[in-house]
Parts: sequence; C-alpha cells; structure tokens
Amino acid sequence: MAENKTVKFIISRQETPDSAPYTEEFDIEYRPNMNVISALMEIRRNPVNAKGEKTSPITWEMNCLEEVCGACSMVINGKPRQSCSALVDQLEQPIRLEPMRTFPVVRDLQVDRSRMFDSLKKVKAWIPIDGTYDLGPGPRMAEKKRQWAYELSKCMTCGVCLEACPNVNSKSDFIGPAPLSQVRLFNAHPTGELNKAERLEAIMGDGGITNCGNSQNCVQSCPKGIPLTTSIAALNRDTTFQGFRNFFGSDSI
Amino acid sequence: MAGNREFFYRRLHSLLGVIPVGIFLMQHLVVNHYATGGAASFDKAANFMGNLPFRILLETVIIFLPLLFHAIYGLYIAFTANNNVGRYGYFRNWMFMLQRVSGVITLIFVAWHVWETRIAAAFGTEVNFQMMENILSSPFMFWFYVVGILSTVFHFANGLWSFLVSWGITITPRSQRITTYVTIILFVALSYVGISALVSFI
Ligand code: SF4
Ligand code: FES
Repeated sequence: MAENKTVKFIISRQETPDSAPYTEEFDIEYRPNMNVISALMEIRRNPVNAKGEKTSPITWEMNCLEEVCGACSMVINGKPRQSCSALVDQLEQPIRLEPMRTFPVVRDLQVDRSRMFDSLKKVKAWIPIDGTYDLGPGPRMAEKKRQWAYELSKCMTCGVCLEACPNVNSKSDFIGPAPLSQVRLFNAHPTGELNKAERLEAIMGDGGITNCGNSQNCVQSCPKGIPLTTSIAALNRDTTFQGFRNFFGSDSI
Repeated sequence: MAGNREFFYRRLHSLLGVIPVGIFLMQHLVVNHYATGGAASFDKAANFMGNLPFRILLETVIIFLPLLFHAIYGLYIAFTANNNVGRYGYFRNWMFMLQRVSGVITLIFVAWHVWETRIAAAFGTEVNFQMMENILSSPFMFWFYVVGILSTVFHFANGLWSFLVSWGITITPRSQRITTYVTIILFVALSYVGISALVSFI
C-alpha cells in the first residue's frame, strides 16, 4: 500500500518578475518524514506535472535546511513559514505553495528580500567598533540580559513577519517589524547603546515605527518566537522620549 | 521635528483621538444621558452646553479642528492597510480591521450628525429634545444612530488601547491584555450610556 501513496502539491509559478502567475499541480511519491523542500527536489529531479506533462523545475531558495537562515520562506497552505521545517505529514493536502508576494517575486517561489537588508542598513543594525586604534574590551553585559538579548538576536530576516503585516504593502513604505526589533537589540547592548539616538531617529523617519497599526500578526507568525510587539511598544516609549528631547532639547548628553 | 513629519503626524493623530476628541465624546454621551430624565432635563443640559461662553471658539479648537485632522489623516491610514483577517484570524488583527471600518462608519455618521444638528442650528433651528425626537421618529434614522453610536464608541475604546501602545505606555503582553479588558468594559459602559439616551427620545 505504501508504494503508490502520493502527495498532491498545487504550486504557484511565475516565469519572470512581471509575468502573470499560474498554478501547476504535481503528484509526488510519498516518503516518510518528507519536508516540503524534499518534494521540491523530487520535482527538480523529475519535472513532470500531475497531467504527466514535462515542465520546468521549480525555482526556490534554500540554504541551511535547519530553519536558521530564513531563505526558504514561502506561503504554505496560506501561512508564511520555512519550507525546510514544514513536514509533509503535518500538512493538510493538497499542499499549496505560493511565494511571499509582499516581496518582489523573482521566479516561482523565489522572492527578493533586499528591502529587509536595506532596512537593516537604514536603522544601523550593528555595533560600530572599528577605529584606528584598539578600543579595548567593551563593558560587560549581565548574563540575564544576554539571555534576553539572545532571543531577539535569533531573527533570520526571513520576512514572515512582513508578509503577515497588513501595513507592509505596496501602498506604504513601512519597514516592518523585524528591523524595528533589531533596533531594540542593538540599543540594549552596552556598546551599541552609544548610538541609541541615531537608531531611534532612523525609525522615526518615513516608513518607520509609527506605521505600526498594532494588528500583532507578526508576533503570532514569527517562527523564532521573537517578542516583536513588545519590542515595538518598548521602542514606542523610547521614540516618545527621543521626540521630546529633539523638540524641547535636553540637558542629558 | 521637521525631519520626521510622518512620525509627528501619526503621533498627533493618536493623541488627538483621545485628547480632546475622546474626552469630548464621553462628555457628549454623558450630557445626552439627561434625555433619560425627560425633555425638560435634556433641554436644560443642552441649553447649558449651547450657551457656554466662548462656545464657537471652544467648539472650533476642541472639537472641529482636531476631529477634522483625525478624520482626514485616519482615512489615509485606513486606506494604506491591506486587511488580511482571512489568512490571519487573530483577535488583534480583527480589532485592527474593525478599527479602520468603524473609523469610516464613524466619519460618515459624525458628518451627518453635525450637518443635521450644528449646521441646522447655525441656520436658526433650535437644538432640543423635540429636534432629536423628530429625527429619530424615522426607524431608518434610529438604526443609523444605533450603528453610528456603537461604531463611534468602539472606535474610541479600541483606539484608546492602541494609543496606550503607540505612546509606549503599555509595553508588556500582560499590560496590553489588561488594557484589552479595560477597554472592553469601557465599550460596554459607553454603549449603554449612548443607547439608553437614544432610546429615551422615542
Ligand atoms: S522577526 Fe521572526 S518572522 Fe520576522 S524576519 Fe525575523 S525571524 Fe522572520
Ligand atoms: S533553508 Fe534555511 S531556513 Fe530553511
């Protein structure tokens, strides 16, 4: 009985960034413990659709295969998630795969997440330590705080939270939850804190934090369980004070 | 502040929704509640409010200008969202969508309400119990007012919740959950005040 058990896939396909998407169905032979990527690899090995016609292999991205790089994100049965950790046994069939259309589609399931990396640059999601001489060791971080910060540092820029957000779309230039939470991470670091105001001012610019409409889909969707809405609310408080400082001036340096 | 206009406008929008517009809404509903005491008691209260010193100035600065800004900028915010409750049916996402829908309904309702009462008053009609009684004698208008009041009160109560998040007052999930309950109670209480006043006109 196990021999001829198949899994049905309905996959959204698109030849070029501007061409119209269409769907194609595939019947893949079932193997125990399959994930979505192994099914896509199977199609790549033998690109024949459910009608028995020869077709082109499907394009998608992947890298780590253990849900830490974020590259393989796609919309699986209506929800954005990583295809490497999406197990066929746990999915309702037919399995529908679509690209995360919040981002420009490159081809089939592959999207261009550049905007997220641009946002990380915009908000200065790093700690500047380069100089012309050795600056010495930075201040120590309390272990408890380090553990807390570690949770925020798990973000893999996968884009799921942007896909889930109703305010990230072509009508708005909202940078989305992920880069905001990174601001909180770097501002919490004892050395990163030195550039706190710069990062806050970056997210007070256009497309910044005030575009959040509190739908809180992001925190429900993040595969890494990052407390995105808590980060955003905390940054709301920080930007409130930063706004007052900018407007009235401040005697603290 | 000039450099980050969007930040300033969004925060101003959030602030004006509560102070003064939200405060005015509560005051308005409470004063209307005099209607439950009969025509004379309502007319007395309406008279007092209508004859406050500097009325035109107060109305313009405390009500019309903030309301106008909140309404126009709010429309812009509402139409930049791509609602997705079909895919993400979480409670807060529903509230997000309803906040936008109730905002638009409230805008239509308030525009009509202002037209029917204040503009008419400017042309000499007296705002009193009789006026409301006439308006609400039509079943359509009665239900229009019911929907309008509920939508306005919802928009205020849920907006207050967002206000607390947007200004960084409630940060933790627990504090946000508690204010969810508090704003639900506020919604029920203000709806009661508004609807009971409405019913006493018929
Ligand atoms: S915050 Fe979570 S959902 Fe958003 S990009 Fe990072 S890992 Fe993905
Ligand atoms: S391949 Fe890296 S997260 Fe799936």
